[in-house]
Amino acid sequence: MSHAFYVTASYVAAFAVVAVLVLWVWLDHRARHRELAQLEAAGIRRRSARSGEKP
Amino acid sequence: MSEPSLAIRKFSDLANPTRFLALVAIVWPYLAGLTLCLFAAGLYLSFTTTGDYQQGETVRIMYVHVPAAWLSMMCYTVMALSALGTLVWRHPLADVSAKAAAPIGACFTLVALITGSLWGKPMWGTWWVWDARLTSVFVLFLMYLGLIALNRAMDDPTRAAKVSAVLILVGFVNIPIIKFSVEWWNTLHQPASVVRLDGPTIDPEFLWPLLVMAVAFTFLFFTLHVLAMRNEILRRRIAVLRRHAARSAGRPGDAA
Amino acid sequence: MIPLLLRDIKLSVRAGGGALIGVLFFMTVVAVIPFGVGPDLNLLSRIGPAILWIGALLAALLGLDRLFQAEREDGSLDLLLMQETPLVLTVFVKCLAHWIATGLPLVMASPLLGLFMNMDEIAIGATTLTLLAGTPALTFIGAAGAGIAVALPRGGLLVSILVLPLAIPVLIFGVSAVHAAIEDPAPFLPPFLVLVALNLFFAVIGPVAAAAALRLSSD
Repeated sequence: MSHAFYVTASYVAAFAVVAVLVLWVWLDHRARHRELAQLEAAGIRRRSARSGEKP
Repeated sequence: MSEPSLAIRKFSDLANPTRFLALVAIVWPYLAGLTLCLFAAGLYLSFTTTGDYQQGETVRIMYVHVPAAWLSMMCYTVMALSALGTLVWRHPLADVSAKAAAPIGACFTLVALITGSLWGKPMWGTWWVWDARLTSVFVLFLMYLGLIALNRAMDDPTRAAKVSAVLILVGFVNIPIIKFSVEWWNTLHQPASVVRLDGPTIDPEFLWPLLVMAVAFTFLFFTLHVLAMRNEILRRRIAVLRRHAARSAGRPGDAA
Repeated sequence: MIPLLLRDIKLSVRAGGGALIGVLFFMTVVAVIPFGVGPDLNLLSRIGPAILWIGALLAALLGLDRLFQAEREDGSLDLLLMQETPLVLTVFVKCLAHWIATGLPLVMASPLLGLFMNMDEIAIGATTLTLLAGTPALTFIGAAGAGIAVALPRGGLLVSILVLPLAIPVLIFGVSAVHAAIEDPAPFLPPFLVLVALNLFFAVIGPVAAAAALRLSSD
């Protein structure tokens, strides 16, 4: 196999791993955000937020 | 006199997770943009420079392999500093930082291993050589996986953080010993004629793309690290809220 | 400290203590190897020291999760934590007792297993000597892992995963000292002395880390 194959393969592999990492961080953030919103909709807030709202 | 105290105050200001989250919200688009620009420049440089007369086109693998390997070590250093922060200064964000860094470090180590193997095939004729560097990077990879497994095995995040901080520090002290012993073992078992991945001197032609790519990878690490820390803070916050909700649901007449 | 040492040794030697299980495991692992690589005596004598070392490494890791687990279950770990004597010293003595109960039998069983592996006298002597010098290091570094995993419900496997990468230097220098003893040109002393140095180094790091982990996971 030509050297170009190895070069492309390594760049593609590096890109794939980094893409998985970015995707993981992004999806994690979205899921956490949704959970926080759900909790908020259920009326569950942080103590600091609650006291700021109705002093 | 006021100078260091100001710095310390700024640093402990960051201990407040809410302030940290606000800072992250401002900073991360700039970090991500800078990372993208650096990667564009680095990739442009690494594909326009000429190949090495000895290694041919494969020298371009170096531009991803060496920065990834360097980051795998820097990430462990960041984790060791965070572990110190957890154990010595009890900085509330330090354990978040150590936990968020572990998967990122494991991924960069994986990149270093894959690209090293892909470089080894045309250079050495085999996918894997028990070369001192590859072997110690592999051991580092195992240590990252062990740390992730330990973190996942414990329920209580603060206790998990403290205990894994001890392990991180023990590992950090041991890494030089492992490196030294692997090198000893390697010289014992292998002829010294193996082509080293990087020559004794690097031509300035290759140095520039390498440096730019290294800086780009470093910024990528910090961007991902900061964002992963944000996720971890949110996850803990959600866990606390759920616990409070469950507790107040158990008590009738004390809704929300 | 002496009563603690004697108590721990007695506890692990009596029935249910599990000290002899390590030796049995060691012998079984070594006995299984020829079925895997074939009964070629030359090959066996060449890889014999390495097999003995790997078997001893695995056997030493096997009993490590019991180092603090039993104390945690019956509550005497809290008493050890509250004592006036430094916890590091207590952990050190417990490691020593654990080594006498589980590591020393491994060392004593190794000459016999060396005969099975068709090793000559020098190789057997060198292997036994390096195991004698190296297994305490395995116990000490393993104590750090045991202290970390003590709070976990199923810590046993995790201890091995966490400790094995840290034990690589001990394995390397142990096996290379044996090889140096067999093959003439290489000097025996440098790797052996490094092994002893590793032993002393881990004797400091292991108890300190284990004590820190025990304190942190108790509060």
